[in-house]
Amino acid sequence: MLEVAVRRIQGSFALDVAFVAGTGVTALFGPSGSGKTSVVEMVAGLARPDSGRIKVEGRVLFDSAASTDLAPEARRVGYVFQEGRLFPHLSVRGNLCFGMKRVRPADRQLGFDDVVAVLGIETLLERRPSGLSGGEKQRVAIGRALLASPRILLMDEPLAALDSSRKAELLPFVAGVARRFAIPILYVSHAMDEVLQLADTLVLMEAGRVAAAGGVEQLLSDPSLKALTGRGEAGAVVAATVVGHDDCTGITRLAFAGGTLMVARQDLAVGTLTRVRIHARDIAIAIDRPERISVRNILASVVCSVTEADDHIVDVVLDCGGCPLWSQITAQGQAQLGLSPGMAVHALVKAVTVARGEVARR
Amino acid sequence: MPFLTPVESEAIRLSLLVSCWAVAGSLPLGLGCAWLLARRQFPGKLLVDGIVHLPLVLPPVVVGYALLVLLGRRGPLGAALYDWFGITVAFTWKGAAIASAVIAFPLMVRAIRLSLEGIDRRLEQAARTLGCGPLETFFTVTLPLILPGVLTGTVLAFARSLSEFGATITFVSSIPGETRTLPLALYTLTQVPGGDAAAFRLCVISVVLAFAALLIAEWLARRVAARLGS
Repeated sequence: MLEVAVRRIQGSFALDVAFVAGTGVTALFGPSGSGKTSVVEMVAGLARPDSGRIKVEGRVLFDSAASTDLAPEARRVGYVFQEGRLFPHLSVRGNLCFGMKRVRPADRQLGFDDVVAVLGIETLLERRPSGLSGGEKQRVAIGRALLASPRILLMDEPLAALDSSRKAELLPFVAGVARRFAIPILYVSHAMDEVLQLADTLVLMEAGRVAAAGGVEQLLSDPSLKALTGRGEAGAVVAATVVGHDDCTGITRLAFAGGTLMVARQDLAVGTLTRVRIHARDIAIAIDRPERISVRNILASVVCSVTEADDHIVDVVLDCGGCPLWSQITAQGQAQLGLSPGMAVHALVKAVTVARGEVARR
Repeated sequence: MPFLTPVESEAIRLSLLVSCWAVAGSLPLGLGCAWLLARRQFPGKLLVDGIVHLPLVLPPVVVGYALLVLLGRRGPLGAALYDWFGITVAFTWKGAAIASAVIAFPLMVRAIRLSLEGIDRRLEQAARTLGCGPLETFFTVTLPLILPGVLTGTVLAFARSLSEFGATITFVSSIPGETRTLPLALYTLTQVPGGDAAAFRLCVISVVLAFAALLIAEWLARRVAARLGS
């Protein structure tokens, strides 16, 4: 577990951040300039807070009150940088072993062959970093950090320097590391698709402070945080499990708290835990259950809140068996339906609107 | 070597001995000095910077005279060296090495400092997060990365030592078999009637030596560059 409570004044920018990151992947999400990298550097010991406290797994790394400030090399904090930062004078193997050599064999948590296999870098070991592609470099950088047996892994936008196809290639490896090795990961990002695929917990940052923190589904389905999370398109995020495929109709069935969700065919094995993003504008609301309709998903729900988003749009948050759904309807639609909290309604979601890319492995 | 006269081989031997010691002795100091100037801010930094570079702009004779005053048998440093360790440097080949080292020092420091300022410091940060202390980081990351600059500095200093004349003759005079290096031997020959042919031979030897040093340096630099993948 990582506990952070730090303050620092840098010129006109004030950083005042406190959060706790448990097991699994915690995403530090926010626009550039919100102070994400500064926080990560403070955890690693590469930057110094004016005051505060940083603890990893109960061990104090920094505490201004007790004048504790461990050197970076004493912190056992793994750091994957945005630009890789591989040592050009060493081979891939030399890079991977750099941190590992400095850990006593008894303290090594991960096996060399294990890490190399999960990252798929077996064939690169004797190469030089200068000959690797961007994605390969980042995989080696992740391996190098892991092999130093850190107590926590910090990843500072490790995919940001890659083009979108390389990014798609690397994401499964990062997800694989999170699943395979029981090590908490603090993942800095400003790309929502990465957060959806990787994170369990979300810390939203804005202008040097934490705007909100909590589960990914919970925060992303909250219309009041739309300004922070809804870059791109607003919508709720639902945790679901693949229960079956219907090949002749091209439908994949997902089970979630509110029942069954039918979506366009996905390439995911039955039993896979997923996270589904349903855009707010793709959810229609009906008071009576419609009959003879093409919409595949008719989900019985209860209205939680109705708020005006702007002059002509109304945000409606629904509770569908404990799972929040978020719908945007026109002000005219609201005038006709007269939705108010507590009303029982039906949320209509077309299967085709949940296409590939909206369903992510967890 | 059969095609060299005893005077010539003696001068070459002395020149190489003096230059090698000058470079070997000043390399650790040059590394430290370059690191201080490139990485640290401290009061009086400008003064240190100036003192290091002074031999580059002063007439070598001035440097030689200053060394004689300081390190001569009765000089404040020279007397201490003799009293405590029984070492005399004035008018010995050791003194010649010191004179060469002082003259060549700025060239070495400049080259190393430039490469120190040019490397990516974020790689050092990466090493620290991988459990590497500051000193270990210097030897395992910084030093390999600045190796081309260190090589350049070493070769420049070596070449400058080979050609050292003014400070050497002032500080340790021109004693055959002890301090008469190639340039000094050449100068001596030009001062005697009929020494032209012998002087010319020494000229050629000097050119060959300097050229060999440059070629070896270039070859080494290429190997290092290939290793760094640039």
